[in-house]
Amino acid sequence: MSTEWYLVLSALLFSTGAVGVLIRRSPLVILLCLELMLNSSNLALLAFSRAHGNADGQVFALVVMVVAACEVVVGLGLIVAMYRRNLPLDVDEARVLRK
Amino acid sequence: MQEVAFFFGAFGALAGAIAVIRLRNPFYSVLALVIHLISLAGLFLLLQAEFVAAAQIVVYAGAVMVLYVFVAAYVGGVDEPFWEPIPGQRIIAPLLGGALFVELAIAILGTGLKDFASEGPSVELGFGSPAAIGELMLEKFLIAFEAASMLLLIAAVGAIVLAGRREGSD
Repeated sequence: MSTEWYLVLSALLFSTGAVGVLIRRSPLVILLCLELMLNSSNLALLAFSRAHGNADGQVFALVVMVVAACEVVVGLGLIVAMYRRNLPLDVDEARVLRK
Repeated sequence: MQEVAFFFGAFGALAGAIAVIRLRNPFYSVLALVIHLISLAGLFLLLQAEFVAAAQIVVYAGAVMVLYVFVAAYVGGVDEPFWEPIPGQRIIAPLLGGALFVELAIAILGTGLKDFASEGPSVELGFGSPAAIGELMLEKFLIAFEAASMLLLIAAVGAIVLAGRREGSD
């Protein structure tokens, strides 16, 4: 398979994730859509890494995974904190930083 | 053979992604993301990124998704209301997403990336194996590796500070 196929698939997955962030209002699902976008960029990184025959891109993909894991941990912590304080789990409602 | 595997993986990844944004229950969205991640790991294997594919399965489809499932079960199925605060959001957002895809496709297919129309150079055996990645991480990218481990530690402490506080203690 040529590299272009992987790149077009990665663009398609990235736009799907972007649409998800725009249309969904639950913060949990928005985090899932962020995962979609990060993973599509990982796919592009690995496709370029294969196209150049250079494994540096794979290390970049692993670092992207680490950053995604950090983002998930902090995001889920925020969601649990919002739930415990009985704040609405809706990003249109929760648009101010104070209570 | 490789084409068949690619199209199966691509179909699974795309179907999982669309299911994530279409299913109303967050719990089902998490399960759809697991399908997406496993299909993507198959594609990573096709790109000869064996260690990244294994990390994808273990770290993402294993650990991170379990975390998501726990939080989705803790918070409960929150039904999103049908009324929309921003009129036309549900129509305009997919249009913008389609425009984004068209732009990216033009950027990929239309410009100087013509050299990537091939499969890439043939790589030696062991490309993307744990040994090769480990050597790169501990020699060439040692600083990035240490910074990533520091970042993970900070995120773990931050999550405990954010979510671990009891009611009435602040």
